[in-house]
Amino acid sequence: MSESRLTMRGVSKRFGATVALRNVNLAVQRGPVMGLVGENGAGKSTLMKVLSGAHAPDEGMMTLDGEPYRPRHPLDARRQGVAMIYQELSLAPHLSVAENVLLGIEPTLGPFVRRKQAQKITRHALNQVGLEHVSPTAIVGHLSLAQQQLVEIARAVATECRVLVLDEPTSSLTRQDIDRLFALIRRLKAKGMAIIYISHFLEEVRAVCDRFSVLRDGESVGEGEVSQVGNNEIIAMMVGRQVDDLYPRNVHQAGEVVLSLHELAGKRKPASASLQLRRGEVLGIAGLIGAGRTEMMRAIFGMDPLRSGQVKIGLFNASTTSRGNWRRGAGMVSEDRKNEGLAVGLSIAQNVTLPKLRGLGPWRFVRPGRQNTAVKPWIEKLAIRCQSASASVSSLSGGNQQKVAIARLLHADVDVLLLDEPTRGIDVGSKAQIYRLIDELARGGKAVLMVSSYLPELLGVCDRIAVMCRGRLGEARPVDQWNEHDLMVAAIGKDEQAA
Amino acid sequence: MNQAAADKGRLDFLRSPWVNTLGRFMALALVFLFFALMVEDGKFVSLRNMENIARQSAVYATAALGMTLVIIAAGIELSVGSIIALSVIIVAWVLNLSAVGKDGVTVYLIQQHPVMLPIVALAAGVFIAVVSGMCNGALIVGLRLAPFIVTLGTMGIFRGLAKGIAHEKDIYPPQDTWLTGIMDPTLTNPAKQWMLLPVGIWMLIVAAIAAALLLRYTRFGRHVYAVGSNEETARLCGVPVGRTKILVYTLAGLFAGLAGLMQFSFISGIGQPMTGVSYELFVIAAVVIGGGSLMGGEGSILGSIIGALIITILYMGGQQMGWPKWVQEMVIGGIIIAAVALDQLRHPRK
Repeated sequence: MSESRLTMRGVSKRFGATVALRNVNLAVQRGPVMGLVGENGAGKSTLMKVLSGAHAPDEGMMTLDGEPYRPRHPLDARRQGVAMIYQELSLAPHLSVAENVLLGIEPTLGPFVRRKQAQKITRHALNQVGLEHVSPTAIVGHLSLAQQQLVEIARAVATECRVLVLDEPTSSLTRQDIDRLFALIRRLKAKGMAIIYISHFLEEVRAVCDRFSVLRDGESVGEGEVSQVGNNEIIAMMVGRQVDDLYPRNVHQAGEVVLSLHELAGKRKPASASLQLRRGEVLGIAGLIGAGRTEMMRAIFGMDPLRSGQVKIGLFNASTTSRGNWRRGAGMVSEDRKNEGLAVGLSIAQNVTLPKLRGLGPWRFVRPGRQNTAVKPWIEKLAIRCQSASASVSSLSGGNQQKVAIARLLHADVDVLLLDEPTRGIDVGSKAQIYRLIDELARGGKAVLMVSSYLPELLGVCDRIAVMCRGRLGEARPVDQWNEHDLMVAAIGKDEQAA
Repeated sequence: MNQAAADKGRLDFLRSPWVNTLGRFMALALVFLFFALMVEDGKFVSLRNMENIARQSAVYATAALGMTLVIIAAGIELSVGSIIALSVIIVAWVLNLSAVGKDGVTVYLIQQHPVMLPIVALAAGVFIAVVSGMCNGALIVGLRLAPFIVTLGTMGIFRGLAKGIAHEKDIYPPQDTWLTGIMDPTLTNPAKQWMLLPVGIWMLIVAAIAAALLLRYTRFGRHVYAVGSNEETARLCGVPVGRTKILVYTLAGLFAGLAGLMQFSFISGIGQPMTGVSYELFVIAAVVIGGGSLMGGEGSILGSIIGALIITILYMGGQQMGWPKWVQEMVIGGIIIAAVALDQLRHPRK
């Protein structure tokens, strides 16, 4: 392995008494893309922080092109040619593309930035990542998410990077953008850049990676050629057990209609959406990001105003406020856990009981003790790993946070559950639990409307699926009449295919 | 893993609300002890001085009750000093009302109604403060403006209004009334010793208990924390965000009005339109020293009262030590930064 561009040998890292990494080994060559997989909390982000110089390892050593590699801080790592593209974009939205690309490494003359040269370098970097049409002087905040991500990669390219690390890069990209990103990764790989690709999605790892390495509980538990193992084997390595029935398949008994949309149109999106959701049914909404699915959910729930059309929850017209819709027996889980879904500074009990504080004390009073006891059954039922109901939500892992967001609907005992990307960014174990919960709720007579960008999950969990394409919701068909290919075709739409 | 659990347990213990409050009490005791030992002849621990500390801090503490609500809801209230002045002026103005009788002689109403008129004055003073607070809330919610901007504006508007009503002069009501005496010393005055504490301080105690109960044990209180911690989440969960905010600023006005009554008595019953200038800084500092986070979602009533006491003790102790004003200002400023820095150490950011 002397030709490895980057190696990590026996790397360990402790925080207090918690072992985050234990004797991790990794070797990355120029060329083959290394996929790094593992559940949330497996230590992937700690590993990346060690690599980027944000944390110093307690034990072990790293080499870069055979030389010892000990970055003192992130800028140092970047100067040595190790660039990170994080899950959450780390760009300054008010600054221009050029300012972002060269942030911290601006070409200067004395105290002044050499603007002409800065633009030239940026231009060159943008060309390499396929952003020829974006001006170096454009303001980053005005670009689309996908373009912003490419700007981040341009930033890596501009510094002559030797190792590029991408952490969950596709979490907010559309299918087309993902394909473009993959094409770019293949181009960079052909140029001899060493690439580490971190993802939850094994399909992506399969599509873009050549080798893979699995982390579990801070340890390297396996690696190999992607082409030589099946997904189930990799998942088994990730969770330490065989997960063959990720999706429970039970027969659901559809009852009366509890949610109906009639030509719903929002301010900008959706253009038109009609559907009927029955008790005991899980209805999935597929579509590309930006098709208007989240906007539809928000409009149903009264979070955004309607332009026209009608929403009925139960027998009555839906309220124009979320407050009224909780009262009508509907509840929503937001796609954006951190910014909208949860008040992470507050306790689990606070977050769960917020929509329904009634009954937790006399009159308009609330007894904190009653809040805690009311939440305990849900903590047990959803297996939320926490110290107590009064623990702050920020102390939980992503999967457990998501369970808190879902527990809120259970506490409010709603009949109609609007779930927007309920498993985004959480580990396989938590996903399986959420799938089982959805199945159980449907069997208990609840109605679930679920938006997801992850097709296997929709096909695995839903009874019927409808596809939204450019703001228009198609007909909901039983799940056995769909497959991934058809869903994708419907999501992309006819005109796109012709073009 | 047991070691890890024990470590985590210890950290959680450090973050528990009890330790939190205990720590602040200790800081208060330390500051007090410092001046008790440093000021000559034990003058600092004399009954008179202790009473003065309580009287002086009552104004800040009462206004800080409202500021605590505002800051927990992730807002800010810069007009609090101006609202205090406005209510002081309205109280003085009402007490100064006069009528011209049939015989052409000017008669002060206070002489005809020595008990009723102070009640009217009190009601008017508190009412104007409540309305001012409601204006702040309505502007912030209705125009979707940042609280900093709105209250920066109303800070000028309310102050201007107070000056206008007073014709830019101090208002001297013709005679003292019971309202003038609500902050009079009690322990050092045999005639009033039975009250134990001045009426104003009793008002503060009742208001503080009410505010603490409101925050901790009502739906409104839970909503205030939710709005402050994450407004989008609150909206998603059906919290009436606008209504909650307006109520928060209205209550802040109410508490500023009560503080205004105390201030009126404290400045010996004179309607000074320039009173309470820069009080917003002391009041915000009291809340922040008491554990309030300007990012919202954190803060406590007891903490804010301790904060108000710490600031008053620093202020008065400094005076008695003969520190020049500039030293006092620097010390108070330093303490604010140190208090918040300590808080963050204990409470590391993710």
